[in-house]
Amino acid sequence: MALDSKIPEGPLAEKWKKYRSTVPLVNPANKRNLEIIVVGSGLAGASAAASLAEMGYKVKVFCYQDSARRAHSIAAQGGINAAKNYQNDGDSVYRLFYDTIKGGDYRAREGNVHRLSEVSGNIIDQCVASGVPFAREYGGLLSNRSFGGTQVQRTFYAAGQTGQQLLLGAYSGLQRQVGMGSVKMYTRHEMLDVVIIDDKARGIIARDMVTGKLERHFGHAVLLCTGGYGNVFFLSTNAMGCNVTAAWKAHKKGAFFGNPCYTQIHPTCIPVSGDHQSKLTLMSESLRNDGRIWVPKKQEDAEALRTRKKGPNDIAEDDRDYYLERRYPAFGNLVPRDVASRAAKERCDAGFGVNNTGQAVYLDYAAAIDRYGKIEATKQGIDASAAKIVELGKAVVKEKYGNLFDMYEQITGVNPYDEPMQIYPAVHYTMGGVWVDYNLMTTVPGMYALGEANFSDHGANRLGASALMQGLADGYFVIPYTIGAYLSNEIRTKAISTDHPAFVEAENNVKAQIDTLLNIKGTKTVDYFHKKLGKIMWDKCGMARNAAGLAEAISEIQALKAEFWKNVRVPGSADELNPELEKAGRVADFLELGELMCKDALNRNESCGGHFREEYQTEEGEAMRDDENFAYVSAWEYKAESNWELHKEELKYENIKIAQRSYK
Amino acid sequence: MSEGNMNLTLKVWRQKNQKQKGELVTYPVSNVSPDMSFLEMFDVLNEDLVEKGQEPIAFDHDCREGICGMCSMFINGRPHGPKEGITTCQLHMRSFKDGDTVVVEPWRATAFPVIKDLVVDRSAFDRIIAAGGFISVNTGNAQDANALPIAKEDADKSFEAAACIGCGACVATCKNASAMLFVSAKVSQLALLPQGQPERYSRVQNMVEQMDKEGFGNCTNTGACEVECPKGISLENIARMNRDYLVAKAAH
Ligand SMILES: Cc1cc2nc3c(=O)[nH]c(=O)nc-3n(C[C@H](O)[C@H](O)[C@H](O)COP(=O)(O)OP(=O)(O)OC[C@H]3O[C@@H](n4cnc5c(N)ncnc54)[C@H](O)[C@@H]3O)c2cc1C
Ligand code: SF4
Ligand code: FES
Repeated sequence: MALDSKIPEGPLAEKWKKYRSTVPLVNPANKRNLEIIVVGSGLAGASAAASLAEMGYKVKVFCYQDSARRAHSIAAQGGINAAKNYQNDGDSVYRLFYDTIKGGDYRAREGNVHRLSEVSGNIIDQCVASGVPFAREYGGLLSNRSFGGTQVQRTFYAAGQTGQQLLLGAYSGLQRQVGMGSVKMYTRHEMLDVVIIDDKARGIIARDMVTGKLERHFGHAVLLCTGGYGNVFFLSTNAMGCNVTAAWKAHKKGAFFGNPCYTQIHPTCIPVSGDHQSKLTLMSESLRNDGRIWVPKKQEDAEALRTRKKGPNDIAEDDRDYYLERRYPAFGNLVPRDVASRAAKERCDAGFGVNNTGQAVYLDYAAAIDRYGKIEATKQGIDASAAKIVELGKAVVKEKYGNLFDMYEQITGVNPYDEPMQIYPAVHYTMGGVWVDYNLMTTVPGMYALGEANFSDHGANRLGASALMQGLADGYFVIPYTIGAYLSNEIRTKAISTDHPAFVEAENNVKAQIDTLLNIKGTKTVDYFHKKLGKIMWDKCGMARNAAGLAEAISEIQALKAEFWKNVRVPGSADELNPELEKAGRVADFLELGELMCKDALNRNESCGGHFREEYQTEEGEAMRDDENFAYVSAWEYKAESNWELHKEELKYENIKIAQRSYK
Repeated sequence: MSEGNMNLTLKVWRQKNQKQKGELVTYPVSNVSPDMSFLEMFDVLNEDLVEKGQEPIAFDHDCREGICGMCSMFINGRPHGPKEGITTCQLHMRSFKDGDTVVVEPWRATAFPVIKDLVVDRSAFDRIIAAGGFISVNTGNAQDANALPIAKEDADKSFEAAACIGCGACVATCKNASAMLFVSAKVSQLALLPQGQPERYSRVQNMVEQMDKEGFGNCTNTGACEVECPKGISLENIARMNRDYLVAKAAH
């Protein structure tokens, strides 16, 4: 099968404008007869569902939490990008487009990314109109901050709770449609398979997680808005329930999986504290606006810090290595995430890590507190003492980042206003995902993927504050148009009965898997397997990868998978709320995905963005791309167990000159 | 699992499903590390139960960083436990002492029926939002965001109200199981913004009506909700909502 990305012809800046006004439409009377299934109620799912319902389609929405408002988009902290140029600092649609392509290490589609930049401004307008209380300046206008990989201030935010505010905005729009009866909401429901009839997606099988009942749902189209798969690593900044199941079931029924090995490791997370650790907590990238990252220059200081013989405040200024500022003077602490994470790993591997495990660096606010304190003293016209300056500075920092600082103290028991925070990289986001064309349609007609679940816009590395933008772009401004290209040909398709053999068969398969899991009655818990898988992935398919390690990982995962199906213990029954059963199903899919990620990483003999192959680096340790041989999207087709066929979608750069990414 | 050195006795509410009766069951837990979160301590206990062939304890949780509002344990008589300003998932074992007995129950309210063990049904909150907790603006209708300046003070106040995570601790702690703090937070968020004005009075009426239908109790101003709210939602919001409600009533 040849991959067709369906990027419209014409000059870059005209593609979307022209396409948008020529996409076939569905008239209002027909819309009422067309049913759309939206799986997921995060930013992508909630915005898509609300918009499609407003247009007149009949919509059903599914999520595994007890309310649509709890999708993991809620946890996004730092902000959302938009090319508004409100700061008059030279921003433009083109610049956001350029930064995103470059940030993604030249592995994303020009057409998609330009469209994303074009609609970014509309997103902010839409959110404000629906009551999202973004941060504002005293003049009443919107405030901006900077994020990594850019030199302009284009990030809109609501303290450290931007995702929460955006999601609650989208959620209220969704609930409005629920109240009007145009959306039917299914909470505590997990999608466990897609139903395909005559090669088209026609519905899903979902499990009511409270009663355990399997349900069949028909739709003329199915939208997967099910988020990312970072939990394949067990420890990540994702919520406990984040999973790949929906995407994976779709993959096994024909949807190609794009760039599975592109994983984002976020540089600023709270380090692991012990074996009991269940998840990792992000410290927002916005902290890098004002915080400075360092480790000691001397090994003996690092040793003293690890054994607590010294504290960070005992290390003299001259004995500190602000390694990001040293290596990347132009961007300093605001280099993109992949670069910052690798630099932290490099220092820790070299023996300069600062906590008992040797896997932490400092994020220091002392300089910012001093700077803000002085500004504040000047504003207030006081001749302040050093102590007063610190007091004033702390107050400013508290206003900007208070909730993050509190969160840090709550988790670690250390007050970050007095002592620099300890941070270390952690799995955070997955750029890879279900392959989609320009319409966001997967390789299965009628099945779409939106938000983090798709692979589309971030190439090999996502810039901070761009996932929220992409999720809402997909849901509010892309899918409402592009779905017309498909549904305009479906107006004659009557709702298909869920007694159709394809529904029956899909349900039987789901039931069989559940029964198998419950009947293994082995000796090891689901988490045992999940933790083991996570460790393999982190050690061999994490921040740095090499061919030998990846080959090992593949056979280790295969063995682990075999053991899982022989020896997992899932207590309880199928017809009740059973969290262990839910987890077991998800881990079963992660075990298969993990293998594909390693396979993809092994195939990609280059380093780009979040994918760092140790064999391919420059002398200074920077990622070395191979544009001649790898300027393509890897789209994997599922053939059989442990068997995939690679399809390549060539990436063409017509507007941007492809170059080595430099943040020096 | 031998990471820490605290030993505790847990008394946990076990209830098979909505129909059957529940009871408190005692579980000793040992080697608890002070760095564990309360939910991680439950993970360890559950792993143990599964290994012993018993059913693990069902509890709601997802983000584990205090923002999704899913976790909901009533710990020693207080929603989200002994510390103020945090959720259950943000509670760490260093807040307890070796030898403590800890009683863990689900939220208790007629409008929040128990589904299993510590899991309750809070869908009433969604229905209240669906009754009016929104601004009626369709996608694509918005003007430029900066065409509408909003005083920072109002925007900040609106944001503070919008910080509600919909956890239901306010209901769980209230002797009347009133949902006033939750409802007033949404009403206030939108009433404080110019965008929220056109529907200001119909919104409050519709939401309050739905709240009453769901079986939440009346507010008698005990203020317990404000104390237990992990997000510091202020009682001022209830006052604001009451004022708006009276205006709405008078007009219709
Ligand atoms: C801690 C953290 C902070 C972040 N901060 C930022 C930031 O500041 N800026 C930024 O741009 N990005 C940020 N990101 C990334 C961004 O938040 C996510 O990429 C984005 O919100 C994903 O949205 P989504 O709608 O695609 O998926 P999600 O919000 O994850 O929603 C997934 C939905 O799918 C449902 N679902 C999943 N599987 C199933 C199934 N099998 N059956 C039924 N339903 C299912 C879930 O219930 C949920 O409703 C952050 C991410 C994290 C983890
Ligand atoms: S008002 Fe507070 S306690 Fe009540 S639901 Fe909201 S966050 Fe929870
Ligand atoms: S688990 Fe999300 S708030 Fe506690």
